[in-house]
Amino acid sequence: MSPTVVEITHLKKSFGSNNVLEDVSLSLVKGENLVILGKSGSGKSVLIKCLIGLLTADDGQINLFEKNIGELDETNLNVMRKRIGFLFQSAALYDSMTVRENLMFPLRELTDSSKQEKDNLVNEALTNVGLLEAIDKMPSELSGGMKKRIGLARALIMKPEILLYDEPTTGLDPITAKEISYLILAIQKKYEAAAIIITHDVECAKITANRIMIIKDGLVKAQGTYQELFQSQDDWVKSFFH
Amino acid sequence: MVAVVNSFLEELANLYLFVIRFFKEVFTPRYELSELAKQCFTIGYKSFPLVAITGFIMGLVLTIQSRPTMAEFGATSWLPAMVAVSIIREIGPVITALIFAGKVGSGIGAELASMKVTEQIDAMEVSGTNPYKYIVVTRVVAATLMLPLLVILGDAVGLYGAYVGVNIKGEVSWTLFWYNVFQKVVFSDVFPALVKTFFFGFSIAIISCYKGYSANSGTEGVGASANSSVVFGSLSIFVIDMLAVQITDLFFTP
Repeated sequence: MSPTVVEITHLKKSFGSNNVLEDVSLSLVKGENLVILGKSGSGKSVLIKCLIGLLTADDGQINLFEKNIGELDETNLNVMRKRIGFLFQSAALYDSMTVRENLMFPLRELTDSSKQEKDNLVNEALTNVGLLEAIDKMPSELSGGMKKRIGLARALIMKPEILLYDEPTTGLDPITAKEISYLILAIQKKYEAAAIIITHDVECAKITANRIMIIKDGLVKAQGTYQELFQSQDDWVKSFFH
Repeated sequence: MVAVVNSFLEELANLYLFVIRFFKEVFTPRYELSELAKQCFTIGYKSFPLVAITGFIMGLVLTIQSRPTMAEFGATSWLPAMVAVSIIREIGPVITALIFAGKVGSGIGAELASMKVTEQIDAMEVSGTNPYKYIVVTRVVAATLMLPLLVILGDAVGLYGAYVGVNIKGEVSWTLFWYNVFQKVVFSDVFPALVKTFFFGFSIAIISCYKGYSANSGTEGVGASANSSVVFGSLSIFVIDMLAVQITDLFFTP
Protein backbone atom coordinates (compact mmCIF):
# COMPACT_ATOMS: atom_id res chain seq x y z
CA MET A 1 0.00 0.00 0.00
CA SER A 2 1.26 3.49 -0.90
CA PRO A 3 2.39 5.67 1.99
CA THR A 4 0.21 8.56 3.19
CA VAL A 5 1.81 11.88 2.33
CA VAL A 6 -0.90 14.25 3.57
CA GLU A 7 -3.15 13.75 6.58
CA ILE A 8 -5.51 16.50 7.70
CA THR A 9 -7.69 15.98 10.75
CA HIS A 10 -10.57 18.19 11.96
CA LEU A 11 -9.22 21.36 10.37
CA LYS A 12 -10.96 24.59 11.32
CA LYS A 13 -10.33 28.08 10.01
CA SER A 14 -12.33 31.26 10.35
CA PHE A 15 -11.86 34.91 9.40
CA GLY A 16 -13.57 37.00 12.07
CA SER A 17 -17.09 35.64 12.43
CA ASN A 18 -16.91 33.86 9.05
CA ASN A 19 -16.26 30.15 9.63
CA VAL A 20 -14.67 29.10 6.35
CA LEU A 21 -13.60 25.59 7.33
CA GLU A 22 -15.78 23.97 10.01
CA ASP A 23 -14.34 20.47 10.20
CA VAL A 24 -12.35 19.05 7.32
CA SER A 25 -10.39 15.81 7.40
CA LEU A 26 -8.67 14.14 4.48
CA SER A 27 -5.74 11.97 3.57
CA LEU A 28 -3.71 11.60 0.40
CA VAL A 29 -1.44 8.73 -0.60
CA LYS A 30 1.62 8.80 -2.85
CA GLY A 31 0.72 9.03 -6.54
CA GLU A 32 -2.95 9.86 -5.93
CA ASN A 33 -4.85 12.76 -7.54
CA LEU A 34 -7.46 14.12 -5.12
CA VAL A 35 -9.84 16.69 -6.55
CA ILE A 36 -11.61 19.00 -4.12
CA LEU A 37 -14.80 20.35 -5.64
CA GLY A 38 -16.95 23.08 -4.23
CA LYS A 39 -18.68 26.33 -4.96
CA SER A 40 -16.77 29.59 -4.92
CA GLY A 41 -16.16 30.71 -1.34
CA SER A 42 -16.57 27.21 0.08
CA GLY A 43 -13.06 27.28 1.59
CA LYS A 44 -11.17 25.16 -0.97
CA SER A 45 -8.31 27.60 -1.48
CA VAL A 46 -8.10 28.30 2.25
CA LEU A 47 -7.66 24.57 2.78
CA ILE A 48 -4.54 24.30 0.59
CA LYS A 49 -3.14 27.59 1.90
CA CYS A 50 -3.37 26.09 5.41
CA LEU A 51 -1.74 22.94 4.07
CA ILE A 52 1.31 24.81 2.72
CA GLY A 53 1.54 27.07 5.79
CA LEU A 54 0.48 30.33 4.11
CA LEU A 55 -2.42 30.48 6.57
CA THR A 56 -2.46 29.16 10.12
CA ALA A 57 -5.36 26.89 11.04
CA ASP A 58 -7.43 27.74 14.13
CA ASP A 59 -7.75 24.10 15.12
CA GLY A 60 -6.99 20.62 13.82
CA GLN A 61 -3.80 19.01 12.63
CA ILE A 62 -1.97 18.88 9.31
CA ASN A 63 0.64 16.17 8.78
CA LEU A 64 2.90 16.32 5.77
CA PHE A 65 5.13 13.28 5.28
CA GLU A 66 4.08 12.25 8.81
CA LYS A 67 5.24 15.54 10.37
CA ASN A 68 2.85 17.96 12.05
CA ILE A 69 3.46 21.28 10.27
CA GLY A 70 2.07 23.19 13.27
CA GLU A 71 5.13 22.10 15.23
CA LEU A 72 7.70 23.10 12.59
CA ASP A 73 9.73 26.31 12.83
CA GLU A 74 10.15 28.45 9.72
CA THR A 75 13.40 26.75 8.65
CA ASN A 76 11.92 23.26 8.84
CA LEU A 77 8.69 24.42 7.22
CA ASN A 78 10.75 25.74 4.30
CA VAL A 79 12.56 22.39 4.06
CA MET A 80 9.14 20.73 3.86
CA ARG A 81 7.94 23.23 1.24
CA LYS A 82 10.78 22.23 -1.09
CA ARG A 83 9.04 18.87 -1.45
CA ILE A 84 5.80 20.54 -2.55
CA GLY A 85 4.90 22.32 -5.79
CA PHE A 86 2.13 24.92 -5.87
CA LEU A 87 0.31 26.20 -8.94
CA PHE A 88 -1.55 29.41 -8.11
CA GLN A 89 -4.87 30.34 -9.67
CA SER A 90 -3.22 33.37 -11.30
CA ALA A 91 0.01 31.39 -11.97
CA ALA A 92 1.78 34.14 -9.91
CA LEU A 93 4.76 34.40 -12.26
CA TYR A 94 7.38 36.95 -11.14
CA ASP A 95 6.64 39.66 -13.65
CA SER A 96 10.05 41.33 -13.49
CA MET A 97 11.75 38.10 -14.59
CA THR A 98 11.81 36.17 -17.86
CA VAL A 99 10.38 32.64 -18.00
CA ARG A 100 13.92 31.25 -17.64
CA GLU A 101 14.57 33.39 -14.54
CA ASN A 102 11.18 32.43 -13.08
CA LEU A 103 12.13 28.76 -13.27
CA MET A 104 15.73 29.37 -12.29
CA PHE A 105 14.75 31.31 -9.14
CA PRO A 106 14.02 28.36 -6.78
CA LEU A 107 17.01 26.45 -8.18
CA ARG A 108 19.32 29.41 -7.60
CA GLU A 109 18.00 29.98 -4.09
CA LEU A 110 17.69 26.40 -2.88
CA THR A 111 20.26 24.25 -4.66
CA ASP A 112 24.00 24.19 -5.24
CA SER A 113 23.75 22.67 -8.71
CA SER A 114 26.02 23.89 -11.51
CA LYS A 115 24.70 26.31 -14.13
CA GLN A 116 24.61 23.48 -16.67
CA GLU A 117 22.49 21.30 -14.36
CA LYS A 118 20.12 24.19 -13.68
CA ASP A 119 19.79 24.92 -17.40
CA ASN A 120 19.01 21.26 -18.04
CA LEU A 121 16.32 21.23 -15.35
CA VAL A 122 14.73 24.40 -16.73
CA ASN A 123 14.73 22.97 -20.26
CA GLU A 124 13.27 19.68 -19.01
CA ALA A 125 10.46 21.41 -17.07
CA LEU A 126 9.57 23.61 -20.04
CA THR A 127 9.64 20.64 -22.40
CA ASN A 128 7.24 18.80 -20.08
CA VAL A 129 4.69 21.59 -20.43
CA GLY A 130 5.43 22.07 -24.16
CA LEU A 131 6.68 25.65 -23.92
CA LEU A 132 10.43 25.51 -24.46
CA GLU A 133 10.15 28.23 -27.12
CA ALA A 134 8.87 30.71 -24.50
CA ILE A 135 12.04 30.48 -22.39
CA ASP A 136 13.18 34.08 -22.95
CA LYS A 137 9.75 35.72 -22.89
CA MET A 138 8.46 37.98 -20.14
CA PRO A 139 5.22 36.93 -18.36
CA SER A 140 3.43 39.94 -19.89
CA GLU A 141 4.01 38.41 -23.35
CA LEU A 142 2.23 35.16 -22.45
CA SER A 143 -1.43 34.18 -22.79
CA GLY A 144 -3.46 32.93 -19.77
CA GLY A 145 -2.98 29.28 -20.76
CA MET A 146 0.76 29.77 -21.31
CA LYS A 147 1.10 31.43 -17.90
CA LYS A 148 -0.60 28.41 -16.29
CA ARG A 149 1.80 26.05 -18.08
CA ILE A 150 4.84 28.08 -17.05
CA GLY A 151 3.48 28.22 -13.48
CA LEU A 152 3.18 24.44 -13.63
CA ALA A 153 6.74 24.12 -14.96
CA ARG A 154 7.95 26.27 -12.05
CA ALA A 155 6.01 24.10 -9.60
CA LEU A 156 7.68 21.01 -11.10
CA ILE A 157 11.23 22.35 -11.20
CA MET A 158 12.22 21.00 -7.76
CA LYS A 159 10.69 17.60 -8.62
CA PRO A 160 8.10 17.79 -5.82
CA GLU A 161 6.46 14.82 -4.15
CA ILE A 162 3.17 16.67 -3.71
CA LEU A 163 1.57 19.11 -6.15
CA LEU A 164 -1.13 21.55 -5.13
CA TYR A 165 -3.22 23.07 -7.90
CA ASP A 166 -5.43 26.05 -7.08
CA GLU A 167 -8.12 26.36 -9.76
CA PRO A 168 -5.84 25.22 -12.62
CA THR A 169 -8.45 25.71 -15.35
CA THR A 170 -10.24 28.84 -14.14
CA GLY A 171 -10.32 31.68 -16.66
CA LEU A 172 -9.29 29.47 -19.59
CA ASP A 173 -11.27 28.58 -22.71
CA PRO A 174 -12.67 24.98 -22.75
CA ILE A 175 -9.98 23.68 -25.13
CA THR A 176 -7.05 25.10 -23.14
CA ALA A 177 -8.74 23.99 -19.89
CA LYS A 178 -8.88 20.44 -21.23
CA GLU A 179 -5.23 20.62 -22.32
CA ILE A 180 -4.22 21.70 -18.82
CA SER A 181 -6.28 18.89 -17.29
CA TYR A 182 -4.56 16.28 -19.48
CA LEU A 183 -1.22 17.87 -18.65
CA ILE A 184 -1.96 17.38 -14.93
CA LEU A 185 -2.73 13.74 -15.65
CA ALA A 186 0.48 13.30 -17.67
CA ILE A 187 2.51 14.85 -14.85
CA GLN A 188 0.95 12.48 -12.34
CA LYS A 189 2.05 9.54 -14.46
CA LYS A 190 5.54 10.89 -15.15
CA TYR A 191 6.48 12.14 -11.68
CA GLU A 192 4.29 9.81 -9.56
CA ALA A 193 3.61 12.80 -7.30
CA ALA A 194 0.47 13.04 -5.19
CA ALA A 195 -1.74 16.01 -6.06
CA ILE A 196 -4.58 18.00 -4.57
CA ILE A 197 -6.53 19.79 -7.26
CA ILE A 198 -8.85 22.56 -6.12
CA THR A 199 -11.47 23.31 -8.75
CA HIS A 200 -15.13 23.90 -9.52
CA ASP A 201 -14.62 22.59 -13.07
CA VAL A 202 -16.33 19.18 -13.23
CA GLU A 203 -14.69 18.38 -16.59
CA CYS A 204 -11.25 18.91 -15.02
CA ALA A 205 -12.27 16.69 -12.10
CA LYS A 206 -13.45 13.96 -14.47
CA ILE A 207 -10.13 13.92 -16.33
CA THR A 208 -7.72 14.22 -13.41
CA ALA A 209 -9.31 12.66 -10.32
CA ASN A 210 -8.61 9.33 -8.73
CA ARG A 211 -10.88 10.49 -5.93
CA ILE A 212 -13.15 13.52 -5.49
CA MET A 213 -14.11 15.30 -2.29
CA ILE A 214 -16.92 17.85 -2.27
CA ILE A 215 -16.85 20.67 0.27
CA LYS A 216 -19.95 22.61 1.26
CA ASP A 217 -20.09 25.31 3.96
CA GLY A 218 -16.71 24.29 5.35
CA LEU A 219 -17.64 20.62 5.73
CA VAL A 220 -16.94 17.53 3.63
CA LYS A 221 -20.26 16.88 1.92
CA ALA A 222 -19.35 13.80 -0.08
CA GLN A 223 -16.42 11.85 -1.44
CA GLY A 224 -15.74 9.01 -3.84
CA THR A 225 -14.72 8.34 -7.41
CA TYR A 226 -16.17 10.41 -10.25
CA GLN A 227 -18.58 7.58 -11.15
CA GLU A 228 -19.79 7.15 -7.57
CA LEU A 229 -20.52 10.85 -7.15
CA PHE A 230 -22.03 11.11 -10.62
CA GLN A 231 -24.59 8.49 -9.57
CA SER A 232 -25.22 10.05 -6.15
CA GLN A 233 -28.85 10.53 -5.13
CA ASP A 234 -28.07 13.60 -3.02
CA ASP A 235 -29.70 16.64 -4.70
CA TRP A 236 -26.85 19.00 -3.92
CA VAL A 237 -24.21 16.58 -5.23
CA LYS A 238 -26.36 15.88 -8.28
CA SER A 239 -26.56 19.61 -9.03
CA PHE A 240 -22.79 19.62 -9.45
CA PHE A 241 -22.67 16.84 -12.02
CA HIS A 242 -25.85 17.27 -14.06
CA MET B 1 -11.27 57.06 18.78
CA VAL B 2 -10.03 54.03 20.73
CA ALA B 3 -10.16 51.97 17.54
CA VAL B 4 -8.04 54.55 15.71
CA VAL B 5 -5.43 54.59 18.48
CA ASN B 6 -5.43 50.77 18.58
CA SER B 7 -4.97 50.57 14.83
CA PHE B 8 -2.13 53.14 14.94
CA LEU B 9 -0.33 51.27 17.73
CA GLU B 10 -0.81 47.96 15.94
CA GLU B 11 0.67 49.46 12.76
CA LEU B 12 3.60 50.82 14.74
CA ALA B 13 4.22 47.42 16.38
CA ASN B 14 4.11 45.67 13.01
CA LEU B 15 6.55 48.19 11.54
CA TYR B 16 8.85 47.63 14.53
CA LEU B 17 8.78 43.85 13.96
CA PHE B 18 9.41 44.44 10.25
CA VAL B 19 12.50 46.53 11.07
CA ILE B 20 13.77 43.96 13.59
CA ARG B 21 13.40 41.26 10.95
CA PHE B 22 15.45 43.39 8.54
CA PHE B 23 18.39 43.52 10.97
CA LYS B 24 18.14 39.76 11.53
CA GLU B 25 18.11 38.99 7.80
CA VAL B 26 20.66 41.52 6.56
CA PHE B 27 23.64 39.95 8.34
CA THR B 28 22.83 36.29 7.69
CA PRO B 29 23.60 34.45 4.42
CA ARG B 30 22.49 33.98 1.74
CA TYR B 31 23.51 37.41 0.36
CA GLU B 32 21.60 38.46 -2.73
CA LEU B 33 24.45 40.45 -4.28
CA SER B 34 23.29 40.40 -7.90
CA GLU B 35 19.81 41.60 -6.90
CA LEU B 36 21.43 44.25 -4.67
CA ALA B 37 23.50 45.50 -7.63
CA LYS B 38 20.37 45.58 -9.80
CA GLN B 39 18.49 47.56 -7.15
CA CYS B 40 21.41 50.00 -6.72
CA PHE B 41 21.29 50.63 -10.46
CA THR B 42 17.50 51.10 -10.47
CA ILE B 43 17.30 53.15 -7.28
CA GLY B 44 20.51 55.14 -7.64
CA TYR B 45 21.56 55.59 -11.24
CA LYS B 46 18.04 55.97 -12.62
CA SER B 47 17.16 58.61 -10.00
CA PHE B 48 20.16 60.80 -10.78
CA PRO B 49 18.68 62.84 -13.68
CA LEU B 50 15.70 63.88 -11.52
CA VAL B 51 17.93 64.71 -8.55
CA ALA B 52 20.31 66.68 -10.80
CA ILE B 53 17.53 68.78 -12.36
CA THR B 54 16.01 69.48 -8.95
CA GLY B 55 19.42 70.29 -7.45
CA PHE B 56 20.33 72.71 -10.23
CA ILE B 57 17.03 74.59 -9.95
CA MET B 58 17.27 74.59 -6.15
CA GLY B 59 20.75 76.20 -6.22
CA LEU B 60 19.79 78.70 -8.89
CA VAL B 61 16.53 79.80 -7.26
CA LEU B 62 17.97 79.99 -3.76
CA THR B 63 20.75 82.25 -5.02
CA ILE B 64 18.41 84.54 -6.97
CA GLN B 65 15.98 84.78 -4.03
CA SER B 66 18.72 85.49 -1.49
CA ARG B 67 20.49 88.22 -3.49
CA PRO B 68 18.13 91.17 -2.64
CA THR B 69 18.39 90.59 1.11
CA MET B 70 22.15 90.12 0.96
CA ALA B 71 22.44 93.27 -1.19
CA GLU B 72 20.49 95.22 1.42
CA PHE B 73 23.27 94.47 3.91
CA GLY B 74 25.99 94.97 1.29
CA ALA B 75 26.96 91.34 1.62
CA THR B 76 26.54 89.98 -1.92
CA SER B 77 30.10 88.67 -1.79
CA TRP B 78 28.89 86.26 0.92
CA LEU B 79 26.27 84.83 -1.41
CA PRO B 80 28.26 81.76 -2.59
CA ALA B 81 29.19 80.79 0.98
CA MET B 82 25.70 81.32 2.36
CA VAL B 83 24.03 79.32 -0.40
CA ALA B 84 26.65 76.55 -0.14
CA VAL B 85 26.14 76.16 3.60
CA SER B 86 22.34 76.12 3.16
CA ILE B 87 22.51 73.53 0.41
CA ILE B 88 25.04 71.25 2.09
CA ARG B 89 23.65 71.38 5.61
CA GLU B 90 19.93 71.27 5.01
CA ILE B 91 18.27 71.95 1.69
CA GLY B 92 20.28 69.47 -0.40
CA PRO B 93 19.73 66.42 1.82
CA VAL B 94 16.08 67.20 2.60
CA ILE B 95 14.96 68.11 -0.92
CA THR B 96 16.85 65.17 -2.45
CA ALA B 97 15.34 62.82 0.13
CA LEU B 98 11.84 64.15 -0.59
CA ILE B 99 12.36 63.65 -4.33
CA PHE B 100 13.71 60.18 -3.52
CA ALA B 101 10.64 59.38 -1.39
CA GLY B 102 8.39 60.47 -4.23
CA LYS B 103 10.17 58.51 -6.94
CA VAL B 104 11.73 55.49 -5.24
CA GLY B 105 9.41 55.18 -2.21
CA SER B 106 6.24 55.16 -4.29
CA GLY B 107 7.85 52.77 -6.78
CA ILE B 108 8.85 50.28 -4.08
CA GLY B 109 5.45 50.55 -2.35
CA ALA B 110 3.52 49.98 -5.57
CA GLU B 111 5.81 47.19 -6.83
CA LEU B 112 5.69 45.19 -3.62
CA ALA B 113 1.95 45.73 -3.19
CA SER B 114 1.42 44.53 -6.74
CA MET B 115 3.57 41.45 -6.03
CA LYS B 116 1.55 40.83 -2.89
CA VAL B 117 -1.90 41.06 -4.49
CA THR B 118 -0.86 38.93 -7.48
CA GLU B 119 0.45 36.27 -5.05
CA GLN B 120 4.06 36.55 -6.30
CA ILE B 121 5.34 36.92 -2.73
CA ASP B 122 3.25 33.91 -1.66
CA ALA B 123 4.71 31.98 -4.61
CA MET B 124 8.24 32.69 -3.37
CA GLU B 125 7.25 31.68 0.15
CA VAL B 126 5.66 28.35 -0.81
CA SER B 127 8.70 27.42 -2.89
CA GLY B 128 10.73 27.46 0.32
CA THR B 129 12.71 30.60 -0.58
CA ASN B 130 12.95 33.75 1.52
CA PRO B 131 11.08 36.59 -0.20
CA TYR B 132 11.91 39.04 2.60
CA LYS B 133 15.62 38.67 2.02
CA TYR B 134 15.33 38.80 -1.77
CA ILE B 135 12.81 41.64 -2.03
CA VAL B 136 13.03 43.76 1.13
CA VAL B 137 16.65 43.49 2.27
CA THR B 138 18.08 44.26 -1.17
CA ARG B 139 15.87 47.32 -1.68
CA VAL B 140 16.46 48.75 1.78
CA VAL B 141 20.25 48.28 1.59
CA ALA B 142 20.33 49.76 -1.92
CA ALA B 143 18.30 52.81 -0.87
CA THR B 144 20.42 53.32 2.27
CA LEU B 145 23.62 53.29 0.20
CA MET B 146 22.36 55.19 -2.83
CA LEU B 147 20.66 58.20 -1.21
CA PRO B 148 23.90 59.62 0.30
CA LEU B 149 25.55 59.34 -3.13
CA LEU B 150 22.62 61.08 -4.76
CA VAL B 151 22.75 63.82 -2.11
CA ILE B 152 26.48 64.40 -2.80
CA LEU B 153 25.82 64.59 -6.55
CA GLY B 154 22.69 66.71 -6.01
CA ASP B 155 24.65 69.13 -3.79
CA ALA B 156 27.38 69.43 -6.43
CA VAL B 157 24.86 70.18 -9.17
CA GLY B 158 23.02 72.54 -6.78
CA LEU B 159 26.25 74.47 -6.17
CA TYR B 160 26.77 74.71 -9.92
CA GLY B 161 23.21 76.16 -10.10
CA ALA B 162 24.25 78.65 -7.43
CA TYR B 163 27.31 79.63 -9.51
CA VAL B 164 25.02 80.28 -12.49
CA GLY B 165 22.63 82.23 -10.21
CA VAL B 166 25.43 84.39 -8.79
CA ASN B 167 26.56 85.27 -12.31
CA ILE B 168 23.13 86.34 -13.57
CA LYS B 169 23.35 89.74 -11.88
CA GLY B 170 26.99 89.77 -10.92
CA GLU B 171 30.35 88.59 -12.06
CA VAL B 172 32.14 85.98 -10.01
CA SER B 173 34.81 83.79 -11.53
CA TRP B 174 34.67 79.99 -11.20
CA THR B 175 37.76 80.01 -8.96
CA LEU B 176 36.53 82.82 -6.73
CA PHE B 177 33.13 81.15 -6.35
CA TRP B 178 34.67 77.91 -5.07
CA TYR B 179 37.20 79.81 -2.96
CA ASN B 180 34.29 81.58 -1.21
CA VAL B 181 32.43 78.31 -0.78
CA PHE B 182 35.34 76.42 0.79
CA GLN B 183 36.25 79.36 3.01
CA LYS B 184 32.98 78.84 4.90
CA VAL B 185 32.04 75.20 4.47
CA VAL B 186 33.69 73.10 7.20
CA PHE B 187 33.70 69.46 8.30
CA SER B 188 30.83 70.02 10.74
CA ASP B 189 28.65 71.19 7.85
CA VAL B 190 29.35 68.18 5.64
CA PHE B 191 29.66 65.20 8.00
CA PRO B 192 26.37 65.37 9.98
CA ALA B 193 24.47 66.26 6.81
CA LEU B 194 25.87 63.19 5.08
CA VAL B 195 25.27 60.86 8.01
CA LYS B 196 21.59 61.76 8.27
CA THR B 197 21.04 60.85 4.60
CA PHE B 198 21.79 57.18 5.41
CA PHE B 199 18.91 57.31 7.89
CA PHE B 200 16.69 59.09 5.35
CA GLY B 201 17.37 56.37 2.77
CA PHE B 202 16.77 53.59 5.27
CA SER B 203 13.51 55.04 6.59
CA ILE B 204 12.08 55.75 3.12
CA ALA B 205 12.84 52.22 1.89
CA ILE B 206 11.79 50.31 5.01
CA ILE B 207 8.48 52.19 5.24
CA SER B 208 7.79 51.66 1.53
CA CYS B 209 8.66 47.96 1.76
CA TYR B 210 6.47 47.58 4.84
CA LYS B 211 3.53 49.31 3.17
CA GLY B 212 3.91 47.19 0.03
CA TYR B 213 4.53 43.92 1.87
CA SER B 214 1.43 44.36 4.03
CA ALA B 215 -0.85 45.61 1.24
CA ASN B 216 -4.50 44.60 1.14
CA SER B 217 -5.92 42.74 -1.82
CA GLY B 218 -6.96 44.51 -4.99
CA THR B 219 -5.76 47.41 -7.09
CA GLU B 220 -7.02 49.80 -4.42
CA GLY B 221 -4.46 48.29 -2.06
CA VAL B 222 -1.65 48.97 -4.57
CA GLY B 223 -2.64 52.64 -4.88
CA ALA B 224 -3.00 53.01 -1.13
CA SER B 225 0.42 51.45 -0.55
CA ALA B 226 2.15 53.74 -3.05
CA ASN B 227 0.42 56.75 -1.54
CA SER B 228 1.12 55.95 2.09
CA SER B 229 4.74 55.04 1.24
CA VAL B 230 5.30 58.60 0.02
CA VAL B 231 3.34 60.26 2.83
CA PHE B 232 4.97 58.38 5.72
CA GLY B 233 8.37 58.29 4.00
CA SER B 234 8.33 62.08 3.63
CA LEU B 235 7.10 62.54 7.18
CA SER B 236 9.91 60.35 8.48
CA ILE B 237 12.46 62.59 6.70
CA PHE B 238 11.31 65.61 8.69
CA VAL B 239 11.23 63.71 11.98
CA ILE B 240 14.76 62.34 11.43
CA ASP B 241 15.94 65.78 10.30
CA MET B 242 14.59 67.36 13.46
CA LEU B 243 16.41 64.80 15.62
CA ALA B 244 19.61 65.11 13.52
CA VAL B 245 19.65 68.89 13.95
CA GLN B 246 19.36 68.53 17.73
CA ILE B 247 22.16 65.96 17.85
CA THR B 248 24.37 68.01 15.52
CA ASP B 249 23.77 71.06 17.65
CA LEU B 250 24.84 69.11 20.72
CA PHE B 251 28.13 67.83 19.28
CA PHE B 252 29.24 70.30 16.61
CA THR B 253 28.14 73.76 17.76
CA PRO B 254 30.71 75.52 19.91
